[in-house]
Amino acid sequence: MAKTIIPIGPYHPLQEEPEFFTLTVDGERVVDIDVRIGYNHRGIEKLSEMKTFDQSTFVIERICGICSTSHPFAYTRAVEDIIGVEVPERAKYIRTIIAEGERIHSHLLWLGLAGHFLGYNTVYMWAWKLREEILDVMEILSGNRNNYAMFKPGGVRRDIKSGDIPGVIKKIDSIVPTLTMLKKAVIDDPVLHARTKGIGVLSKEDAINYSALGPTSRASGVARDVRKDSPYGVYDKVEWDMIVTQNGDVFDKAVVRILEAFESIKIMKYCLLKLPKGEIDLNIKNIPPGEGIGHIEAPRGEVFHYVRSDGTNRPVRHKVRAPTFMNLPTYKATVVGETISDATIILAAIDPCYCCTERMAVRNIKGKKLYNGEDLIKLSQEKTEKVRRGLK
Amino acid sequence: MGVKLKALLKSPWVFHLSTGSCNNCDIEILDCLTPRFDIERFGMLLAGSIKHADVLLVTGSGNRKSMERVKRLYEQVPKPCLVVAIGECSLSRGMFIHSYNCPVPVDKVIPVDVYIPGCPPKPEAIIAGVVKLIGKVGGK
Repeated sequence: MAKTIIPIGPYHPLQEEPEFFTLTVDGERVVDIDVRIGYNHRGIEKLSEMKTFDQSTFVIERICGICSTSHPFAYTRAVEDIIGVEVPERAKYIRTIIAEGERIHSHLLWLGLAGHFLGYNTVYMWAWKLREEILDVMEILSGNRNNYAMFKPGGVRRDIKSGDIPGVIKKIDSIVPTLTMLKKAVIDDPVLHARTKGIGVLSKEDAINYSALGPTSRASGVARDVRKDSPYGVYDKVEWDMIVTQNGDVFDKAVVRILEAFESIKIMKYCLLKLPKGEIDLNIKNIPPGEGIGHIEAPRGEVFHYVRSDGTNRPVRHKVRAPTFMNLPTYKATVVGETISDATIILAAIDPCYCCTERMAVRNIKGKKLYNGEDLIKLSQEKTEKVRRGLK
Repeated sequence: MGVKLKALLKSPWVFHLSTGSCNNCDIEILDCLTPRFDIERFGMLLAGSIKHADVLLVTGSGNRKSMERVKRLYEQVPKPCLVVAIGECSLSRGMFIHSYNCPVPVDKVIPVDVYIPGCPPKPEAIIAGVVKLIGKVGGK
């Protein structure tokens, strides 16, 4: 039977970022997908190498607007790994508070968009209205709704005033009833059950084989979370539960995200109440030569940063791996065999973020030679040699 | 003011174009549509297709690959149309001015009517910008 190709994008109403999908369909069923990205590539790794370690934090923050805490967090941890220092206790608490606030707003944002994709605009409006409250909290704590600029290698840039804390806790408490209502509206709704249960199932084996990260893997029964496995910040001191479900379908991914928001509220409140006194910054002056890695759990999964220093004030190499880079390939495993109308929500279920993903990657194409810097220098030297011989 | 432009200002439908942004401006635009800010009160709706759009909201730093598409999309918009550049990136490329993949700012490629600075601009600023645009075009 003849197959039809449906092009989606790069500018389409589905997602706010440009990306290009081709769905190969056989009747109603999707048989193959392909994705082309590159519409968001801004050369951030190279830009980061042009700037000093302190300035880099601001560029790294703008990798992605939603994960504007996760990336600087991983980057500063990588730089601290080079030096081999631990940040002061108070800085750790502040970092955790900001990271968890971001997780709540990211999960609410996802919930709203997922509701919108399913034609459930009420959930979209509720979730985004609730998200505003969290953004207010972030504005009180950091001074901005997004792009908090709280992180620097060796600590945090801005202290949390003790006078702000009671108001913030009151505000966080006030969103719990609405979030509970939203949770019930999503988890107990028969229409959403029919629409999302058993759709886009990612099996446990596939989740492991594709190295899926974050809520995508936790919904498939892979209990993996950087916050538990290799604790950073103050996650080892707070009591919180890792949310793991077994089915791996769209519904389970939604459940994981909603319940994680509650856990984040718990962690945030604990940190605000137990905030210790002390320094917030180590005032790092020099960064020795060496290499360091930093990995943390972003709302979408593990963010990994690698930084190499040669003793100057700029990083020599900075590598970023965002969670969507690993999660996007699982789309192929989940969407094939489903209908076109379910393709959108299955894609949305991995919470893709293309801004995070669009780093430079080199693919080896068979038969074509890829030149690196040394090869080019060698070619240039050979040409000079040829010219010199010709002149003789 | 032509009758076409007058009709356009009654209920401007917006289309959102991201030319390689960090998502923040795009999310603040969506925020404008949700209950706290709710620009639907003024008849503004997010259009699904560029062919239904009256106002283009452009964000992002003008990525090489996406600017080709933006040029083609601008040719497809029914004229007259108004263009609003949102965020520092689309104004001057901001932090990405030295990037190898962001050669020119947006206004070198398509004509821009209103610039809204900020990284990201707050929803209030976006609403104020759009209102100013309507006032300017309407001759108020």
